[in-house]
Amino acid sequence: MMYGYAWDTTTPLTFAISILPILGIGLLVTLKAAAVGYAIALVFGLVLALLRRSKIKIVAWTVAGFTEFVRDTPLLVQLFFLYYVLPDFGIVLPAFMTGALALGLQYSAYTSEVYRGGIDAVPRGQWEAATALNLSRLHTYRNIVVPQMIPRIVPALGNYLVSMLKETPVLSVVTVLDMLGLANMIGERTFEYLVPLSMVGLIFLPMTLICSALIYAVERALPKTGIPLR
Amino acid sequence: MTWTQYLAPLLKGAQVTVMISLASITFGVILAFAAGIARMSSNRFVSGLAFVYIALFRGTPLLVQLFWFYYALPLIGISFDPITTGIMTLSLLTGAFGAEVVRGALLAVPNTQLEAARALNFSKRYTLWHISMPQAIIEMMPPFGNLAIQNLKDTALVSLISIADLTFQAQSMRNITLDSATVYTLTLVGYFIIALCLMLIVRFIEMKLRRGPAFPRGAHT
Repeated sequence: MMYGYAWDTTTPLTFAISILPILGIGLLVTLKAAAVGYAIALVFGLVLALLRRSKIKIVAWTVAGFTEFVRDTPLLVQLFFLYYVLPDFGIVLPAFMTGALALGLQYSAYTSEVYRGGIDAVPRGQWEAATALNLSRLHTYRNIVVPQMIPRIVPALGNYLVSMLKETPVLSVVTVLDMLGLANMIGERTFEYLVPLSMVGLIFLPMTLICSALIYAVERALPKTGIPLR
Repeated sequence: MTWTQYLAPLLKGAQVTVMISLASITFGVILAFAAGIARMSSNRFVSGLAFVYIALFRGTPLLVQLFWFYYALPLIGISFDPITTGIMTLSLLTGAFGAEVVRGALLAVPNTQLEAARALNFSKRYTLWHISMPQAIIEMMPPFGNLAIQNLKDTALVSLISIADLTFQAQSMRNITLDSATVYTLTLVGYFIIALCLMLIVRFIEMKLRRGPAFPRGAHT
């Protein structure tokens, strides 16, 4: 019995069906964590990418080093770091927020590289032309760089959304009751791990496939403006 | 306790991490070649099997796979010790991602070369191993390098099935000392150093492989 739903362990099939509503509650947590984490990654990644283009060398180098460090160290350890160290500095967040923050931080290192690649793909000549035309920096970014960047970065950003979705179960380690956390709890109470864990896998599989298909559709629907894609 | 005293247990854990990572990268690469080539087979059954394997392991979270092999499989009478389970799961995951790399690189070999090979009456096997592979393998190295780093980061999860790797040791050190900031900073730095070494190894292999003309870079994605 969990969240008011009882399970029925008579056969694997009835068990699987009876725990579906419970896993559904976990699925919502999983999706929410991925959504919050992805929002953080999109925004913070952009900040990192822009800072990396800073004219002040120390800022650019520090950001480059930070990005590389975050990219090359495990999410789980970063999660533990945030979960145990932030409270030492008086920042006490709920486990869910800490988890979403860790996800967002790790993926902002990835997205910043994507943004950087997108900005770098705009040929030098266009920047020079913008300068020659006396366009402001904001104007250059808004009307020249960003519109050409978007079709280039959407596929990569989409892939990261899918892989982030697949990494959310790690949050169950710091007591977040996502799908995997709940499946483990059901396993502990019934001594039946096979069905709940298989169900989690079976729910993830179509989810990631559908997500990939959606991203592919978005990618095709985007207008391809400016410099040709190779 | 000062931070220097944390080093001994953390280094012991780092050894386990490196061992698991190297083992699962090795097996993963073998699986990647097997599945990547099988995927391109004209035999429907073989390529279908490879497709299912790749989709299954790419489409589900590693932690779920790990727990499934660790907690669920023993319930139907198949059980391995934690280290074997960890290496097996990581190999299977790396193999599934690597298979796509292998396939992509093989598909990027210009078609004219395959036509030339056919005109010269080379067998399919000869064409694969002596024409396509030597060129494709160089193109595989950068994505394989990324996979190796991803694999290293993924090894942290095996601490959750009671393997005493770097993350596991960090957790137990923290529980003893409650000095979270120092312990986790050292652990992160440890992973970073191992990652840099991995990158150097991959770069070295790539350099060794890069003899003779390769087809233009960026010919595939």
